[in-house]
Amino acid sequence: MRPRFLARVLAALLLAALVWLVVYPLVLVLLEGLRDPGGWTLRYVRLFFERPTEWRALWGSIWISVTSVVLAGLIGIPLAFLFARYDLPGGRVLGGLVALPAVLPPLVGVLAFLFLYGETGFVSLLVQRLLRLSDPPWRLQGAGAILLVHAYSMYVYFYLFVRAALQSIDASLYEAAASLGAGRWRTLRRVILPQLYPALGGAALLTFMTALASFSAPYIFGGGFRVMPTQIVATRLNGDDRLAMVETISLTVVALLALWVFRGARPGDSSGGGRKGAAPARVPVRSRPLRLALAVTGWGLAAVLLLPHLTLVLVSFVPLGTWTIEPVPPAYTLRNYVTLVQDPVRARPLLNSLWLATLATGAAVAVALAGALLSARRRIRGGRLIEALLALPWAVPGTVFAIALATAFSVHAPWAGRVILVGTLWILPLAYLVRNLPITSRAILAGVRALDPSLDEAAATLGAGRGRTLRRITLPLLRPALLAGASLAFVTAFGDFVTSIMLYTYDTRPVSLEILSSLRQSDVGVAAAYGVVLMLVSAAVFAIGAERGGSG
Amino acid sequence: MSAFLRLDGLVKRFDGDVAVDRVSLAIERGELVAVLGPSGSGKTTTLRLLAGFEAPDEGRVLVEGEDVTGVAPVSRRFGMVFQHYALFPHLDARANVAFGLASNGVRGTDLDRRVERALALVDLAGFGSRRIGQLSGGQQQRVALARALAPEPRVLLLDEPLSNLDPTLRERTRREIREVIHRVGITTVLVTHEQDEAFELGDRVAVMRAGRLEQVGTPDELYGAPANAFVAGFVGRSSEVEVEVLEPSARGVRIAVAGVEWELGDVSGGALPAPGPALMLVRPEALRLTETEPGALPVTIVGRRFVGPSAIFTARTDGGIVLEVAAPSHAVPAGARVGLMPSRRAGGGIHLFPSSPK
Repeated sequence: MRPRFLARVLAALLLAALVWLVVYPLVLVLLEGLRDPGGWTLRYVRLFFERPTEWRALWGSIWISVTSVVLAGLIGIPLAFLFARYDLPGGRVLGGLVALPAVLPPLVGVLAFLFLYGETGFVSLLVQRLLRLSDPPWRLQGAGAILLVHAYSMYVYFYLFVRAALQSIDASLYEAAASLGAGRWRTLRRVILPQLYPALGGAALLTFMTALASFSAPYIFGGGFRVMPTQIVATRLNGDDRLAMVETISLTVVALLALWVFRGARPGDSSGGGRKGAAPARVPVRSRPLRLALAVTGWGLAAVLLLPHLTLVLVSFVPLGTWTIEPVPPAYTLRNYVTLVQDPVRARPLLNSLWLATLATGAAVAVALAGALLSARRRIRGGRLIEALLALPWAVPGTVFAIALATAFSVHAPWAGRVILVGTLWILPLAYLVRNLPITSRAILAGVRALDPSLDEAAATLGAGRGRTLRRITLPLLRPALLAGASLAFVTAFGDFVTSIMLYTYDTRPVSLEILSSLRQSDVGVAAAYGVVLMLVSAAVFAIGAERGGSG
Repeated sequence: MSAFLRLDGLVKRFDGDVAVDRVSLAIERGELVAVLGPSGSGKTTTLRLLAGFEAPDEGRVLVEGEDVTGVAPVSRRFGMVFQHYALFPHLDARANVAFGLASNGVRGTDLDRRVERALALVDLAGFGSRRIGQLSGGQQQRVALARALAPEPRVLLLDEPLSNLDPTLRERTRREIREVIHRVGITTVLVTHEQDEAFELGDRVAVMRAGRLEQVGTPDELYGAPANAFVAGFVGRSSEVEVEVLEPSARGVRIAVAGVEWELGDVSGGALPAPGPALMLVRPEALRLTETEPGALPVTIVGRRFVGPSAIFTARTDGGIVLEVAAPSHAVPAGARVGLMPSRRAGGGIHLFPSSPK
């Protein structure tokens, strides 16, 4: 039949495009690491193995990531239990506030930490004054600083995943365990915990992968301490491109190993499947002192979690050069924000990020929608492969993809599918697109899977062709999933730092790089103002995606 | 034969498994045929072949002599009510009903008029602006019916139309569906695994098993003259007993049930089986309780279920054969030793079939 034929052609085109954009650059990196102008060589591999700095960076990446998982779990899991199981005073508001670190793009979070806990940060200075020290009480540098930022920004995964899983556990499970004589601990260990394994595994994997790919925190706070993503950038700056390829491969191997270790866990799938029964009612806390203690702890915690956001807002009102040694800035102004709008040089990065992210998001949604419809709806052959390719960039740290795209599209060889895009306007949206395919397609695929296939058939028996069915039935019903996918993609692209730093040109410099350069010029007010804009846009887009997208 | 809708030797295989095996059926204009079968019997696949969602490996579907086998569902003009209704959740009842009409180019006041007429047909005249989620299960069912009927399809297909409803609602909805279909006079194929549904709704019932049509006939024919043991067992209540056919007698046939000889007068099931082992299917009302007397099968009453004014008693012989027998509710207490005899007015309630080589 003809429509079937059309679907096959579309699928083939999509597959080809994905192979070209996702697989091909990675293969090129692998090849380039094993060659030099003289032909095949293991020189760079040997070089990699001989240098202790390489080993230290790789080991640094691994242990930082593992420790990040442990820390994030230690914070996120108890919080999830607290807010999912107990009815606390103000618990609803607090439960929402606790997820707030999610609206800070990585670089903006780092910036806030710098203003808070850096050498001249509010908290550092406060402690220094209180203890009458002559020097700052600590230096926000090295592994400790990186772990602090990671723990702060990544516990949210554990918190959200575990809370959702706890809420989806049927209340009758607790009752059944109780009626069988199981005490609280036995119920937790033998009944509840096993139900949480998928959520825990998913959160752990997500945290590990995010920490492994984390670039902003190590880049700003690392100092002499290198992890592989910062090492790769440094190596490239030195001009050792082929060594950088080998480093890239090593990072990819670690990422793939992590995926293999956690192969049972499927992050983001927790919402799937039919849920029966009611979520257990929250346990009210009756004892007054306990209520008070919990309330104080809860709100205290919220304050700590909100401190970075507030700091950012405060600093964004600081005029250039007025804040040096005072614990609190002496002067405030709106000028920083006015500059962002009025000064074309300052406004440019915002506009850049806006159109780059919009373009990349639109393309990611279109590709993901086509892939999801072809694979899950039309059950076209090769659908599984399309889904796998859409998900693949998730397994590969952002630095790796940036290098891969930079490698593939810096050569003019049309017969090999390579054109020069590096240095043009198009490389950044392309990079954002590739990086966003996994999150976008996961959201959209879930939406498509949740659609009852008989809706299509019903439309067909009512005489609606494919176009009309898509326009009137499928797309309106997918709107929540499309919005959710788009908002995730947009927020990631809008705040992106890791791919941008390697691929931007002056004309396409995004907000994140302008933050960095403002910081270098000690223009903290403008840097913070950019940060606030990023934060607000992210929060607004998330809110739209979450509200229109239902609870997902 | 000039049937309105013909299924002509339909075969459908999935990965080598035959789901539908040479199904042929001729349906008159305005007739309602209920396809009845257990799950996995191929009845739903047959319906999907009719709708055009699946392409048959062999055979044809004809409407008024026109071969529509290769016609896509979009252009087939068959209306369908899906098992879970498949109502469009983002549209209200009116927009759901209007969808098919608008697909066919109906616009403006004509559209409005026909939508209102379809809603009125299913007794939902004031409900047009309700969202699907605001309608009860029964109302959703009727919106689905109105939506399928609104574009005036040539054939109406119903896939387990009542399976999603509360048992208390089913009977009423069944009557409503029957009434609407008869008022419209549309040729209808209905698929169900509920015997009551098939018997009440179907002008004729087609019993399906393992992809094949076992028998097609009116409810009376199926009940009174089942073509084989499967149909007899699947339609109505009956007990299965292995018996020995002894010889034809003056009034019918003599058989031995667990060593007791019975003379059966009115035996249906086609030709009388030859002497030898046979399978007897016996309806509860075709047996009667007696004293433990000669010629009666001695049994113990082991259970009782009330069915209106009478009850169905479960009786067991010493050899472990279990039989059901209908009798007034308080005829005998549980545990009683009684006898069983064929009722004098068995009225076609006892069927003998060749012993199936199991």
